[in-house]
Amino acid sequence: MEWETVIGLEIHAQLATKSKIFSGASTAYGALPNTQACTVDLGFPGVLPVLNSEAVRMACKFGLAIGAGISSRSVFARKNYFYPDLPKGYQISQYELPIVQKGQLDIEVEGEIKTIGITRAHLEEDAGKSLHEDFHGMSGIDLNRAGTPLIEIVSEPDMRSAKEAIAYMKKIHALVKYLEICDGNMQEGSFRCDANVSVRRKGESKFGTRAELKNLNSFRFVEKAINIEVERQIDLLESGKQVIQETRLYDPDKNETRSMRSKEEANDYRYFPDPDLLPVILDENFLAQVKTTLPELPDAKKQRFISQYGLSTYDAEFLTDTRDLATYFEKVVETLKADPKLAANWVMGDLSSFLNKQNLEISQSPVSAEMLAGMLGKILDNTISGKIAKQIFEAMWNGEGTAEQIIEKQGLKQVTDTSAIETLIDEIIAQYPQQLADYRSGKDKLFGFFVGQAMKASKGKANPTQLNDLLKKKLA
Amino acid sequence: MHNKTLAQLSHALHAKEISSVELTQHFLNRISRFDEQLNSFITVTPERALEQARAADQRLQSGTAGFLTGIPLAQKDIFCTLGVKTSCGSKMLDNFISPYNATTVEKLDAAGMVMLGKTNMDEFAMGSSNETSFYGAVKNPWDLKAVPGGSSGGSAAAVAARLAPVATGTDTGGSIRQPAALCGITGIKPTYGRVSRYGMIAFASSLDQGGPMTRNAEDAAYLLKEMAGFDLRDSTSVDSPVPDYVASLNDSLEGLRIGLPKEFFSKDLNSEMAQTLETAIKELEKLGAIVKEVSLPNSHLAIPVYYVVAPAECSSNLSRFDGVRFGYRCENPKDLSDLYKRSRGEGFGSEVKRRIMIGTYALSAGYYDAYYLKAQQIRRLISEDYKKAFEEVDIIAAPTSPTPAFNLGEKTDDPVTMYLSDIYTIAVNLAGIPALSMPAGFINQRPVGLQLMGNYFSEAKLLNVAHRFQKETDWHLQTPNGF
Repeated sequence: MEWETVIGLEIHAQLATKSKIFSGASTAYGALPNTQACTVDLGFPGVLPVLNSEAVRMACKFGLAIGAGISSRSVFARKNYFYPDLPKGYQISQYELPIVQKGQLDIEVEGEIKTIGITRAHLEEDAGKSLHEDFHGMSGIDLNRAGTPLIEIVSEPDMRSAKEAIAYMKKIHALVKYLEICDGNMQEGSFRCDANVSVRRKGESKFGTRAELKNLNSFRFVEKAINIEVERQIDLLESGKQVIQETRLYDPDKNETRSMRSKEEANDYRYFPDPDLLPVILDENFLAQVKTTLPELPDAKKQRFISQYGLSTYDAEFLTDTRDLATYFEKVVETLKADPKLAANWVMGDLSSFLNKQNLEISQSPVSAEMLAGMLGKILDNTISGKIAKQIFEAMWNGEGTAEQIIEKQGLKQVTDTSAIETLIDEIIAQYPQQLADYRSGKDKLFGFFVGQAMKASKGKANPTQLNDLLKKKLA
Repeated sequence: MHNKTLAQLSHALHAKEISSVELTQHFLNRISRFDEQLNSFITVTPERALEQARAADQRLQSGTAGFLTGIPLAQKDIFCTLGVKTSCGSKMLDNFISPYNATTVEKLDAAGMVMLGKTNMDEFAMGSSNETSFYGAVKNPWDLKAVPGGSSGGSAAAVAARLAPVATGTDTGGSIRQPAALCGITGIKPTYGRVSRYGMIAFASSLDQGGPMTRNAEDAAYLLKEMAGFDLRDSTSVDSPVPDYVASLNDSLEGLRIGLPKEFFSKDLNSEMAQTLETAIKELEKLGAIVKEVSLPNSHLAIPVYYVVAPAECSSNLSRFDGVRFGYRCENPKDLSDLYKRSRGEGFGSEVKRRIMIGTYALSAGYYDAYYLKAQQIRRLISEDYKKAFEEVDIIAAPTSPTPAFNLGEKTDDPVTMYLSDIYTIAVNLAGIPALSMPAGFINQRPVGLQLMGNYFSEAKLLNVAHRFQKETDWHLQTPNGF
């Protein structure tokens, strides 16, 4: 029996506003529990919410970026349920009239491009956190997060594999970071995901019964959770049982999903328009103004990198992965004013591997774009060889100065003086008469041996092209 | 001294005939002497009051005093007051000391007014007789067997008995106007959005509105001028300038068109009430007003609509009282569910619970369209009725309450009969328009109120009509015996 997986994602992205969506309290992460919650966030009697216009602006940016309609009138609604980390006993969200309407996003999986529909995106406030450890059998409540603005992005059930789901999620992740509306930090919970997963027999048009998977706070967990859930559902169906509609929690330690609550136990949220907030009315002028703040989006940037810099698709994709990386690369090219491919190789190669090793973001790189460009310039004007460049890069990384300074200090300037290289070659030839004889009698392979010896003797500084040419002449 | 109006007291203070401290002490003395009979205050704050009075006296001395500086007032216990218990008439908030000031408190404090204390009210403003208060019923100073009306019954009784020169109230379905009528004082519910709701503990957010409760229209004009205005902290407050309500008090009523809704002056209205109101309306005609019949065809739907919308909003607004962060918490909860159930079960009174139940039901999946959505649609029809009527007339006159004050306990076993006592006031809240109630006579020694309704932001007109009426009549000058 062939089965098809159907996946829809609900992504919650915390908006990077300074203050909360309905109060003036700070949204900064990591403060002592309950020190960033004001009377509004705490749901005190008599307090009222006031909408943060920055959150609206950010949601519009997202909508415009996915080609969605922006509602000229959207409405906040109350989602009512009791939980200790939900101070008012309701969450202010949007229900019937969300701010962002239908949009779409292209993903690429194994060379195939696929369009994923986005049903809607709406603004809402985050809840606080319940802490169940270290309280001697009680639970602790931290309301610092309560009232942090979120945008909930709901996809159509358009994805057919965990791989597609990950590709979509990564695409959204890159997009919100590009737009600078979310820091994308998954450890801190700034970017979270729930997955609706079902399976059906291949060729069937009706969807199977779905389970909603919660607690997927890394790309890896999303993939693992979906795969394990798909297996579970197929096993059930193949043994003649049924999938029931429910919410399931993913346990990364045991790599399993388990039931949280069934549809019957689900809350009746009693949504109704929040009478404390007026409908959000947006006019054309406002949207036009927001449009001017949109950066170049990842797909457009990728295409431009291919055409403008002559990069391969792979390179362009790599370099546009984050806005910071793309900006870094472009600054290198701009400073260097030549050979974008060389710049791409260095950014993707040595720079990325150093960053990865130390777990740093591009913005934290000790080697600035200008420094890297300075060094690449030295390669292009033959001051240094590519090999020496690696040594210089490491020195720059360790804070020993610019390429220029390091070359000077360590005497790493490439030897391009023909007579100097000739002297060097003569010495080597004199040192190895046997190898010379063998070479001349047809052992061509020994050419490499002479190159190696000569390069070693020059401490790597001899210009490789010149060395090759001169050696060939001398050995002949 | 206590028989003087706010305006007279202000003149006395500015003329240095009396100090604010003396005035404040005088009213504090009256509260301790008489309030045992009335139960109109939940909390009296003598220290805070005398401190404010001393500060007011300094302002009066230094010439930086405003018109209201040094005048004592009572705040309904629904307005959050920094450092003072703010109970909303409920056991749920019996231990709640507010960490902040409501905008109304902040504004009146800043004007230099002196808060004597916090007045009794129906629990969470849900009631028409002040009998649902956790702190016990308030008595009507005109007859201690009678209710003062509700939910701002404490404020109404305190002003009528002259335990405070003026007071604040809130009105969700008649809670300023009905007790004003039953206690023989003047009370105005402003246009929705005219007075900030920030710090006013919410009952039904789309209907709640604060306003003054005073001895006459002139005092109401002075107090409203200070209470009204846009507030950044309340998104539903309206950003339009506050007119000088006092300046237009004496405008002529010549040619004023007064509409009498035929639905309100039908044979259902008891004949004594009809006669009393007719006499009052004749008085307005003598001042030049022209009376004509109008129709509010959907007014019979106001009560059913209200008892869907208000409970629906309250069921959500009162969810925050969960025993977790403030307010009443049950003893030794077994688990979370037990904490919720017992804290709320023990902390709320039966009328509040009844409305939470009704509202929760009305918003439930499968019922929402039939109840809440339908109610909102009818609410728009009711607003349309008023819009049409105000194309023909300038103001509308109506009874405030079907009867004068009823007796304590008379309606407590029958919630529907109790709800019907707001039959003439509720539509105004649904439409969001302003309305006032002013003393217009007596039936069996119990006061009767005449209600005047106006179009959006016509408070100045309503106060003008009431003031001109009060210059020709003395109903508002009557005082209950024994106080």
